[in-house]
Amino acid sequence: MKKNKVDSLRHREIRTGYLMIAPLMSGVIVFFIWAFFQNVYYSFTNKSSFGIPKFVGLENYVKLFHDEAFYQAFINTILYVVICVPAVVILAILLAVLLNSKVKGIGFFRVCIFLPAVTLPAAIGLLWKWLMNYKFGIFNEILGKFGVNPIAWLSDPRIVLFSISIVFIWASVAYQVIVLLAGLQGIPVCYKEAAEIDGANGIQRFFKITLPLLSPSIFFVCVTTVINVFQIFDFIYLMIPQGSSGTAASRSLVTYFFEQSFVKFHKGYGAAISLVLFFLILVITAIQMICQKKLVFYDD
Amino acid sequence: MKKRKWQVYLLLVLCAAVTVCPFIWMILTSFKSYEESIQIPPTILPKIFTVESYQEIVAKFPFLSFYINTFLVLIFTIVIELLICSMAAYAFARLNFPGRDVIFIVLLALLMVPGQIFLVPNYEIMVKLHLADTVTALWIPKIFSAFGTFMLCEFFKGLPKSLDEAAMLDGCGFFQIYYKILLPLLKPALSSLAILTAISTFKDLMWPLIVNNSMEKMTLSAGLAMLIGEHTTYYPQVMAGGIIAILPMIVLFFFFQKQFVEGIATTGVKQ
Repeated sequence: MKKNKVDSLRHREIRTGYLMIAPLMSGVIVFFIWAFFQNVYYSFTNKSSFGIPKFVGLENYVKLFHDEAFYQAFINTILYVVICVPAVVILAILLAVLLNSKVKGIGFFRVCIFLPAVTLPAAIGLLWKWLMNYKFGIFNEILGKFGVNPIAWLSDPRIVLFSISIVFIWASVAYQVIVLLAGLQGIPVCYKEAAEIDGANGIQRFFKITLPLLSPSIFFVCVTTVINVFQIFDFIYLMIPQGSSGTAASRSLVTYFFEQSFVKFHKGYGAAISLVLFFLILVITAIQMICQKKLVFYDD
Repeated sequence: MKKRKWQVYLLLVLCAAVTVCPFIWMILTSFKSYEESIQIPPTILPKIFTVESYQEIVAKFPFLSFYINTFLVLIFTIVIELLICSMAAYAFARLNFPGRDVIFIVLLALLMVPGQIFLVPNYEIMVKLHLADTVTALWIPKIFSAFGTFMLCEFFKGLPKSLDEAAMLDGCGFFQIYYKILLPLLKPALSSLAILTAISTFKDLMWPLIVNNSMEKMTLSAGLAMLIGEHTTYYPQVMAGGIIAILPMIVLFFFFQKQFVEGIATTGVKQ
């Protein structure tokens, strides 16, 4: 009798479990899992907007290897990562430490510095396009006051990648500062006080106490920033007109994917690009996970 | 000590200036006439203060539609996502059913896949459902969030199991435990997820650009992107449009600052 009751409870648990994940999983299966494999399939076809896609085997991937524009997009993306990730992470740590200081009016400064985190990238892109305008932009105007010749921020192929990086860094630091500030506030004050009594100065305390205890949050910020930079798109799309002199020099893997899939409608080719991006992110994240074991200090 | 405080303030002012000055320039430009905006050397404050740019940009672009669409998308996405994800998260955290761990690992694996992979197939699903170029298309794929489920699952695991057992002894079923006992305790986590979803949905640019064509069916983010092209040269108008678009989120941020910060912070702490 009792066994029966336990059995029916167990059955109910299983049934409820499946019922409760059913809404999520139905959507996940259609929009993510099926979509993923569909995309993999497309990467082996010559799919465009019209007509039935024809299976072409590895043609798209072979084409990638001989595609100058893809190489440049690939290298640009790596450059964006190399420039933006350290800048965002270091600036975010410094700003978080600064905003953690207990001075009057700190709340006001926090709001100011957090602002870009809640601003539309579209608006940021348009705003910085105006600031970086060659003829009428305020940047060149200010530089002119110091006798610097006007800089073609968004059309000089040698500069445009840095310009986009500046905008990206400016726009993404705020969000990571919020994450790190929360991490800082989670560090018990007693560690700092103990170090102070032992005679550690500010810089020693920062490197020996704050940084190791903050390392889980820093690791998180690194991983998300790397993923975000690999997918850099918004600012390039908004600030660099298609077919302008800055296009090739600023093109990232995602803008190239967008261009191929939704401007030129080479969706099969676009699918192959998106899969390359996927593997790239997978490899980098795996490397970071391995490094995590050595570098991150968990205070359990 | 006194001297150090002074240095801290100097740094704070400097950093705040770097963040805020572009916004101030945006506001100043938006109130200038077109002629004044391209004057060399530029004026700092508008000589003639005019709201012409605001009137013109609102007349040219359906900002009211952008507002309404964005609002609808946010509401639908957040409400349905919270419901679907919290239900699944409870099942993953508390119930034992065959295949649970495998399914959960599949969800985790999805977190690693860049969103671009799903765009073309998702667009095609929308076309097949006759939902392309509708406001509905903007939120449907967003409500099935692997990230939201994962995050809430962690919070469910943090609640003491004795709550479930006590409720069960009082005759609660599994669904009632979820709905009546645990969910109310999860309010802070739910509000964090709501805010994170709001921010990412609000900022999302590529999906609305792809799935919708009509100007009237755009969100603020995508609508703003439409300003590029022929209108980019009229910078006071572009700046005015930008201000109109970012204002709602900034106003919300000022009022719910604590919740915003906590929401963003939970993503990092819970790893």
